Amino acid sequence: MCSWRECIAALVGVMALGSAAAQTYPGIGRPATKAEVAAWDIDVRPDFKGLPKGSGSVGQGQEVWEAKCASCHGVFGESNEVFMPLVGGTTAEDIKTGRVARLNDSTFPGRTTLMKVSTVSTLWDYINRAMPWNAPKSLKTDEVYAVTAYLLSLGGIVPDDFTMSDANIADVQKRLPNRNGVTTAHAMWPGKSLGKASPPDVKATACMHDCDTEPKVASLLPDFARNNNGNLAEQQRLVGPQRGVDTTRPPGARREGPITVAATPSQAPAASGAAPALALLKKYSCTACHGMEQKLVGPGFKQIAAKYAGRGDAQDHLAGKIKAGGQGVWGPIPMPAQPLPDADLKTLATWLATGAASR
Amino acid sequence: MSATPDIPSPSGRLRKAPESFLTPDGVRTVFAEAKQGRRDFVRGAFAAALTGAVAGSAAAQAPVAATEGDANILTLPEHSKGLGQAVVTDGYGKPSKYEANVQRRQSPGLTQTTQASVSFAPLQSLFGIVTPSGLHFERHHQGWWDIDPSRHRLMVNGSGDKLLKRPMVFTMDELMRLPSVSRFHFIECGANTGMEWGNVAVPTCQYTHGMLSCSEFTGVPLRVLFDLAGVDYKRARYVLAEGADGSSMTRTVPMELVESGEVLVAYGQNGEMLRPEQGYPLRLVVPGVQGVSWVKYLRRLEVGDQPYGTKDETIHYIDLMPGGLHRQYTSTQECKSVVTTPSGGQVLLDKGYYQISGLAWSGRGKVKRVDVTTDGGRNWRTARLQDPVMSKCLTRFTLDWQWDGKPAVLQSRASDDTGYVQPSARQLRAVRGTRSIYHNNAIQSWLVEESGEVRNVQLA
Repeated sequence: MCSWRECIAALVGVMALGSAAAQTYPGIGRPATKAEVAAWDIDVRPDFKGLPKGSGSVGQGQEVWEAKCASCHGVFGESNEVFMPLVGGTTAEDIKTGRVARLNDSTFPGRTTLMKVSTVSTLWDYINRAMPWNAPKSLKTDEVYAVTAYLLSLGGIVPDDFTMSDANIADVQKRLPNRNGVTTAHAMWPGKSLGKASPPDVKATACMHDCDTEPKVASLLPDFARNNNGNLAEQQRLVGPQRGVDTTRPPGARREGPITVAATPSQAPAASGAAPALALLKKYSCTACHGMEQKLVGPGFKQIAAKYAGRGDAQDHLAGKIKAGGQGVWGPIPMPAQPLPDADLKTLATWLATGAASR
Repeated sequence: MSATPDIPSPSGRLRKAPESFLTPDGVRTVFAEAKQGRRDFVRGAFAAALTGAVAGSAAAQAPVAATEGDANILTLPEHSKGLGQAVVTDGYGKPSKYEANVQRRQSPGLTQTTQASVSFAPLQSLFGIVTPSGLHFERHHQGWWDIDPSRHRLMVNGSGDKLLKRPMVFTMDELMRLPSVSRFHFIECGANTGMEWGNVAVPTCQYTHGMLSCSEFTGVPLRVLFDLAGVDYKRARYVLAEGADGSSMTRTVPMELVESGEVLVAYGQNGEMLRPEQGYPLRLVVPGVQGVSWVKYLRRLEVGDQPYGTKDETIHYIDLMPGGLHRQYTSTQECKSVVTTPSGGQVLLDKGYYQISGLAWSGRGKVKRVDVTTDGGRNWRTARLQDPVMSKCLTRFTLDWQWDGKPAVLQSRASDDTGYVQPSARQLRAVRGTRSIYHNNAIQSWLVEESGEVRNVQLA
């Protein structure tokens, strides 16, 4: 039973779903404060809803770029070493038409960000929320404008003396090379909100007998690539109807007798002096740019260890290089300064100077 | 101790005695001695044999036919005669050491960094439809985190004041108090099989199809939270989901899927909490839609009256079509299947009976039928579907097959309850070309060679 007040309240609640839910689950959730919403609601829509006021010039953007972006993307956004290139493949004609002609050229290698992006809000939002890659959300609003402007200037979309702001970003949108290059006319949006729902574009039928097909192999991995993904014998279960094929051997080499692939139970990491340094590599995301053995963006740790193996001052020298950053020793892509605590610098430098053991 | 276990004859047939085991003469001697009560001798002899086997030593005892029977039967193993290990030897149990080959793996050369990368689930080694949580494929854009659930918050707000009554904040404690549902769904990356649009690029189904997993997810229907916040469903037709990690992944989800009750704010996976690699403590579950929309480390949901054009729907996850247009907001994972055994990189041990087995799924509903061919598509047979067959969930299919030792090309072709039939690569390319990267749901071909080796191939 309920009092008449409660009954009416319940009735009203049923009529307005929102309040009904609020009454169904008392004590769950609370209103968000304005400051909380402001702290997290950072998205910028294509109509620029959510874009904060601010401005930044191409020149300011270049400074930020060279300090914080070039180490992954190259000084001119052209680098292919870590991520797909950001810049390249767009023309002055594309800026006029809003369609990137090279997207029709299957011989053009890769697709750069400026070839693909159709809304400038996306670039702004991307940089603001997720860049720099190892320190996302660390740029100030004006820096985000500046970096966006610098990136666009590399593609000739804005002039070198341009200052981008919330007031003129809509004009920049009108110059984006691929602004007319997207479509939502497909059947893969599971809602009705993006225009007419179209039927699936690929229509197959389920033929069962004497179907019109020529089972001729048109593509397979060449023998030299057999072991590219590692020895497949070590990637298959050791019991059951089949085993993994030993790709360290030539194809077709049929085995005699039972397969005798060794199981390789994963080894517990050996305790060694390297453990603190290895933990720091993770903590400071060093491995984003350096491989253990091989060059990624910067040199592999073993390569560094080998280079400085004979130097008496290797430890101090390397600590200094990590702290100050540098460019030119291993190639043109700069390493940003890494202001780590001295103790951590010492651990890393000692580890490098003594051979960079990987376990 | 060496980590080389003895691999017995796979058929269980009597074969030549493995090296380093007892010869029949030795066995007879042991039994004879045993009858005479010389137990020390017996113990010593078996211990020596076991040590030899475990170490894989090639002690040169001439292999002689085991006329008495299978040594694995005749000679009781240590585990039949000794005391096993204690409870709670491991407070969270792990797979057998003999399963060490079953791992998620990276494909070399695909990405330069390990934080913006992907690892593939070993589909060729899995049974049924559930992916063990530790083998679930991974896709991180800026590395993964293990987030303290007591400090994690979920915010619901609107892109304008009129789109909901009140922006709200929920703690994990509160979300886990709400009425929950548990449902089985597949999750597939939109780029799954993306390396194979133009030609064969990778050897096994782990790499061709392993950005696919399936779990029982537990959580709260998102509709419940939107009702609490008083969302105006007439105006708010789009939802933005946003992660709390560095990449703060964002994707637009159509409100229809929320209204249907399908979209979950999930914290549970296969009976435990989500794994950190899968978004612990909270992720969005958007059944039938590509994995990028299942935002991990979910921190915020915004309702709006326009799509958001986020980085992962304007720069990435766009499908290039012939003619140079990119399709934007492609989300649905269309009907697809793959034979997982036998599959690329495996070698069949003998002629005779095999069960062809694989997985089928559709982002539009239930798998209705799977057909399998062993002659490259000329003739097909309808496979058995294993129960349960659930909507937007992996379905296991099987078919009996006698391998006669001759070359064979295995394929599977799924259709769903909307009538959609999985296309061949030729049919798919005729419409979408080869540069789409995303949403390759073509029929997969495996060539079984006379040697028993199975290879990834594409047919003309």
